[in-house]
Amino acid sequence: MAGQSRDAAIVGIHEFASRDVEGALSPLQIKAESAAYALTDAGLGWGDVDAVYDAGDGGGMSGLTISEYFGLKPNIIDTTNVGGSSYELHAAHAKQAIAAGKARVALLTYGSTAHSNARAIGVGGRGGGVHPADNMDSFVGMTLVANYAMAAHRHMHEYGTTSEQLAEISVATRMHAMRNPEAVKAMEDLEFLDIRETTITDVVNSRMIADPLHLLECCMISDGGGAVVIAAPEVAKDCRKKPVWILGCGEATKYPEIGGDITTSAAAQSAPVAFAEAGITPAELDIAMIYDSFSITVMTILEDVGFCAKGEGGAWVEGGRLRFDRPDDGPALNTDGGGLSSNHPGMRGIFLLIEATRQLRGESCAQVVDAKLAIAHGNGGMLGSRHCAGTVILGGD
Amino acid sequence: MVDVQRPLPKTHELDTKAFWAATKNEELTYQRCDDCEAVIFYPRRHCTKCLGNSLTWHTATGRGTIYTYSIVRQSYHPFFRDRVPYAVAWIDLDEGPRLLSEIVGVDDPASLEIGQRVKVAWESHEELSVPLFKPE
Ligand SMILES: [Zn+2]
Repeated sequence: MAGQSRDAAIVGIHEFASRDVEGALSPLQIKAESAAYALTDAGLGWGDVDAVYDAGDGGGMSGLTISEYFGLKPNIIDTTNVGGSSYELHAAHAKQAIAAGKARVALLTYGSTAHSNARAIGVGGRGGGVHPADNMDSFVGMTLVANYAMAAHRHMHEYGTTSEQLAEISVATRMHAMRNPEAVKAMEDLEFLDIRETTITDVVNSRMIADPLHLLECCMISDGGGAVVIAAPEVAKDCRKKPVWILGCGEATKYPEIGGDITTSAAAQSAPVAFAEAGITPAELDIAMIYDSFSITVMTILEDVGFCAKGEGGAWVEGGRLRFDRPDDGPALNTDGGGLSSNHPGMRGIFLLIEATRQLRGESCAQVVDAKLAIAHGNGGMLGSRHCAGTVILGGD
Repeated sequence: MVDVQRPLPKTHELDTKAFWAATKNEELTYQRCDDCEAVIFYPRRHCTKCLGNSLTWHTATGRGTIYTYSIVRQSYHPFFRDRVPYAVAWIDLDEGPRLLSEIVGVDDPASLEIGQRVKVAWESHEELSVPLFKPE
């Protein structure tokens, strides 16, 4: 048949035998057991899996939590949920990923204790409703800032990174924010005390929230939203504005492990995949839209993306290198003002794509002259424990 | 006045309930795979290294080192907000597992150091104990 593509196949299967686990197994445990049998059926192991598909039925962040639970570090994480048809979509997406050379072995799992749960109603909790990782951590008085601060502290300990170096990130970002009327309005509406360009001294003298992170190293908490439209080339050529091409993408997870390195994020796995697909190197980038929940998030990701070696980020950012008006020194950072000084409603990833697109169209308030290549790197979850990374390399027309 | 309590783990969660049951006797436990000897932590029903599911519980000595820590100076949580400043830490147990906890028993948490030796300091509750740590 013309056009038939034989580029992906099902190689292992397992159907969980029991229809009543009597409350003794969790959906996650059913997924893990089924996965092990299906991999055995295929003659494969956990280490062969590089693409994970989950319908998100276990709650939020399921692409991350299922990867950690299985102990996998996939390059493709897909949590499409369209109810009972989710797995057909997962199969379709897996075929696409495999055909595109982005994955070799995809794992789809399903587990449910709907019957046990129904019986447990009214007699108190069975196993459901809480993730085992959360159940190990919830007694600790951890805050969001302290989670990131733990990564910052270890970075300082291992590499000699200083608060002044981390402050460079806040200072450059605020400088860009002051050129963006929407960012200035945001800071006014959120009643920032001192709306002006900042200095390194301002940042390190601001109040300590969780050692070693200061107030001015933390993002704002705003309302907000946005949208992005992506189209095929034949559509794009007739659109009103010049297209901004998606040149390469990468995905990854990172979670606590025995002997793990908290100073390295999932970007170290996702970025090389994206650069390889795009066929460019970090040194060629004009714009770095890096998720700035905190200063340390940016420092870590700049290293992991490959702008400099691990541990050298502190020295690398010194001297205002990240400003938009220093194009010869490397990419401009978060030229919209970032989450630190413009917009952070909780999940900032879409704004990274939006500002990168503005730059490549020549529409930014802190426009880098003749910007051609940008990276948008999102970090979802918590830098100091478990998070997902998404790297997108964008190129102007 | 309402007595605000530390948030406690759920004793019915299927992967971790054996861990929390052991804490009642102040035992800090972890799993090891019978087939490939991998240490598994947090607790699970399957080995994340091989395809086995035969894991055995072991009891740790409760001794370890601070991998990294932060001092919480601001918290809005009803239990923790009155305890600031206090130290939260990732602790590497001598047997391998890395677990999240708090460092207690220090006058000034800023005097703590990465790499410092610590040992478990149990905080007792009705159904279980939570493993906090103090300098050794
Ligand atoms: Zn094993």
